[in-house]
Amino acid sequence: MATKTYAGQAVEVNEEGYMTDASQWNKEIASELAKEDGIDLTDKHFEVLEFLRAANEKGETLTIRRVGKSGIVDIKGLYQLFPGGPLKFSSKFAGIPKPASCI
Amino acid sequence: MKKILILGGGTAGTMMANKLFKALDRQEWEITIVDQHKTHYYQPGFLFIPFGIYKKSDVIKPKGDFFPAGVKVIYQEIDRVEGEENRVHLMDGSSLKYDFLIIATGTQTCPDETPGLQGAEWYKSIFDFYTVEGAVALQNFFKTWEGGKLVLCISELPFKCPVAPIEFVCLAEAYFTEKGMRDKVDITYVTPLPGAFTKPIATRMLSQLMDEKNIRVVPEFYLESVDNEKKVIKSYDEVEIPFDVLTIVPVNMGSAMVERSGLGDDMNYVETDKETMQSKKFENIFVLGDAANLPTSKAGSVAHFASEILFENMMNAMENRPMTAKFDGHANCYIETGYGKGALIDFNYYTEPLPGTFPLPGIGPFGLLKNTKINHYGKMVFRWIYWHILLRGKEMPIEAHMTMAGKKNDID
Repeated sequence: MATKTYAGQAVEVNEEGYMTDASQWNKEIASELAKEDGIDLTDKHFEVLEFLRAANEKGETLTIRRVGKSGIVDIKGLYQLFPGGPLKFSSKFAGIPKPASCI
Repeated sequence: MKKILILGGGTAGTMMANKLFKALDRQEWEITIVDQHKTHYYQPGFLFIPFGIYKKSDVIKPKGDFFPAGVKVIYQEIDRVEGEENRVHLMDGSSLKYDFLIIATGTQTCPDETPGLQGAEWYKSIFDFYTVEGAVALQNFFKTWEGGKLVLCISELPFKCPVAPIEFVCLAEAYFTEKGMRDKVDITYVTPLPGAFTKPIATRMLSQLMDEKNIRVVPEFYLESVDNEKKVIKSYDEVEIPFDVLTIVPVNMGSAMVERSGLGDDMNYVETDKETMQSKKFENIFVLGDAANLPTSKAGSVAHFASEILFENMMNAMENRPMTAKFDGHANCYIETGYGKGALIDFNYYTEPLPGTFPLPGIGPFGLLKNTKINHYGKMVFRWIYWHILLRGKEMPIEAHMTMAGKKNDID
């Protein structure tokens, strides 16, 4: 556990850099988190992040297939938005815990 | 007569039928099981078939042998559950009323979810070992195979028995070594996970094991399709891995019946309270085994431990008492590692697999996260236990809840 500053706000993160309190999240924080991993967030990215946050709030199990069926983006597109680890990165930028079955 | 209806006569449904039949007043309760198939498979045994350790007849028996006489059995495909009406519709157009329903329809492999998987090479150089047909076809293939690239690929999470693919590559390594052709076989383990297993301490132990056995692990590979002509598997981020023989863990999904009933998530697993085993939609519907969307392994051991909790909760629910038993996600898995040895893991929702001894602290006889001969004997004896004790709903000398006794959690 550590406290880091994103978009001028103190944010609690775990050792892997995932936010531990989803309620502290906002779009500016997401953009700065994404920059650290070399990704510039677009509206499409934010649609995915909002979807993940809503699913997480409902306690749903998050998988890539789940996002691929969301109607926002297909799996291939998800890989293009978050290269190298679609769910690993998208969940991190969405301020939610890293899903157990994460890639 | 009040009615209990059990959908699915596999491991979970059969155990529950036996437990309830023994406990309930037969004048008061009628128990019915519905299943479309008449054969019970000892699924842990499928793994041994490709290597000639078990044959087909070792793993199949009639389902009817394990249902108590006095339980009504209907062999018919299930159409859907109509929860509002307490009614289940069958494919032949008939329907059944229930007071309590147990959904135990398990999980199935769905190779058609992956483009190209069931193409020209299916059962020629591409096999699954999650069906008896696939396991037998692979046994025949291995008998005359002269070597090359053996690739095992896990398509999607979750899947049934998360340790089976690890066991498969370990047994393959031993099989080809014993045949004197290990130098001609290149073994690769391809997984969507970041490592050999889901949890860090077990992953460390298992990665080391794979290293020692010269099995290459390719993590974070998410299968998109199979190219039958080029004989490569392709990931969504366009990585290609060539194979001469591919053993696949197909996408797993719950029964289509769950989808038709509107009770499931998008993988057709029933949305279930992870502690009480009650459906999240209807109070008189319970879920047992792989059919439930519990955040733990899809495995017979989980169904077994959960069945004790479910039994307690149902006995309370039937008499309008609050449900007090809570499932902790307990799983216990033997991992065959080849050469007559095995490892064992024991864990739950909250505690990852840790080293130690099981079931007796300090004594064992089984070693947790250790590769020993006695663990292997445990697995071999288990087939007898499965047919004679477990399915029949008899007492096992292992607690339903996981215990920390015998486990060491002070390692880093």
